[in-house]
Amino acid sequence: MIRRQQTLGERLEERGISRRSFLKFCTTTASLLALPPAFAPRIAEALESQRRPSVIWLSFQECTGCSESILRAGSPSIESLIFEAISLDYHETLQAAAGHQAEAAREQAMAENMGKYLVVVDGSVPLGNPGFSTVAGQSNVETLKRVAKGAAAVICMGTCSAFGGIPYAKPNPTGAVPVSEIITDKPIVNVPGCPPIPAVMTSVIAHYITFGSLPELDDLGRPKVFYGQNIHDRCYRRPFYERGQFAQSFDDEGAKAGWCLYKLGCKGPTTYNACAVLKWNEGTSFPIEAGHGCLGCSEPNFWDKGSFYAPLSTATELGSGTVAAGVLAGAVLGAGAGYAGRKMQEKGKAGPFEAPPVADAGQKENS
Amino acid sequence: MTLLDFARGPALQGAAFIFVVGMVWRALGLLLLHRNTPLSRNRDNHLARHGFRTVLSRFIPAPVFERRVSFQYVAGWIWHLGFFVVLLFFKIHVMFFQGLLGFGWPTLPNGVVVAVAGITLGVLLWLLGRRIVNPVLRYISTFNDYSSLVVTMLPFITGFLAFAHYGFAYETMLALHILSISLLLVWFPFSKLIHVITLLPSRYILGVKFWRRGVQA
Repeated sequence: MIRRQQTLGERLEERGISRRSFLKFCTTTASLLALPPAFAPRIAEALESQRRPSVIWLSFQECTGCSESILRAGSPSIESLIFEAISLDYHETLQAAAGHQAEAAREQAMAENMGKYLVVVDGSVPLGNPGFSTVAGQSNVETLKRVAKGAAAVICMGTCSAFGGIPYAKPNPTGAVPVSEIITDKPIVNVPGCPPIPAVMTSVIAHYITFGSLPELDDLGRPKVFYGQNIHDRCYRRPFYERGQFAQSFDDEGAKAGWCLYKLGCKGPTTYNACAVLKWNEGTSFPIEAGHGCLGCSEPNFWDKGSFYAPLSTATELGSGTVAAGVLAGAVLGAGAGYAGRKMQEKGKAGPFEAPPVADAGQKENS
Repeated sequence: MTLLDFARGPALQGAAFIFVVGMVWRALGLLLLHRNTPLSRNRDNHLARHGFRTVLSRFIPAPVFERRVSFQYVAGWIWHLGFFVVLLFFKIHVMFFQGLLGFGWPTLPNGVVVAVAGITLGVLLWLLGRRIVNPVLRYISTFNDYSSLVVTMLPFITGFLAFAHYGFAYETMLALHILSISLLLVWFPFSKLIHVITLLPSRYILGVKFWRRGVQA
């Protein structure tokens, strides 16, 4: 655990971070959060005077990719310092303590910061057999309920905790659910992605420290500032989409020329994330720039939306089976309709063409 | 399940099933009906040839009605051709067919398809307006006429908006586009749109009947 009595400003000063660098970070954070530049000093003031908030990071059914992602925030970038500067009191992968000591650290942090600490969750929560994911003899769902009880807010880090993610995908053998299905009485912010962008995570924390509240969220609980626009709208390959220039395979001339990856299954048009703007690995590139279509990892159920390599405009369930069944059913109905039609024709024809008896006809003529 | 998931999945599947059922049902029902047996001697010995001739000759207006019906013919030609061009030669549509059939075919540049789609939609709107404004057309128009026109136009409108990323979000517009196509598929076999399978055979039958009786039409 980091010594908790220091403020962030004091700690940065101790580490030789200049005020200029710090203010630069604050301006960047304000920009990331789409706040006016005037907010930068306010962020600086809030961060400087703020005691490092206690953060308890719970890992459930996950792959640790989210932690890996945030650790690669680019050292010694200011994001990683901010991450380091929060008091990360519990993180099973990162903390030095192990076993009972680790659990004791969490209990202590909860007791000292009751009602004020942040809970970060990565991984979905299995509701099936507790043996699917248990830490220190306690099932994930018990841990989550217990820890979230005294939390100021819960940040769901990654698609698994936000929407269930891969464990939630069909057939969901562990009965996995997202955090929001268990915790309903605390503010929850979803930071989905597989993994999410590190700067997004640190900015959400910075927003919380500055304003004491979570940023404005969309209908899926995601910060609008990062998840407000789809990747397609900000993609540098968009002009090729407009012109109908699509790569046909991953190694054809179109792919080499950087044409749109829509045909190769890119889910950019239906995926809301900041990948095309913030990019990854300190702004190096993002999946589409690396030549692969977007998988749509920050959207709910992205694993179950058909093939990653099928264009969005294709049908997901329509196939030859449907057509064959239709032909068969249509043939049965058609045969029935044809038979009924013939019977009606025969019945109709029998009437008008039935010649009257000759004698009657003669009487008619006479009368 | 999002609206797009529903549209791409169950909606399209259900609509395609209803479409196939309806088309086979109605086509077979018509084919199985009794045909009239001619009671008189044929006046022409090349009925099949003349039947096909009638099929083709009706694609252009009869000279005697030329001035009165040319607009209808030209407008009809433009939007029908436009419909097929947009349906079959737009890249994203070919991707759809490729996903379904396993093979694709050459496409037209997006600019050309967008222009054709614009003209097609314009003609359809004009025809709808004409049907409403023209007293005679209005008098003979039924729900089937209006609904079939509107149901045919909807995929064009939603397709334009989806392509241009206008209106709702792309996934919503794409879903609405697919749903409008689903509506068209469901409506198709049970409305006057069934003419797609009845038009040419009925022209042929009419031609044969006329020529058998000596009417050269």
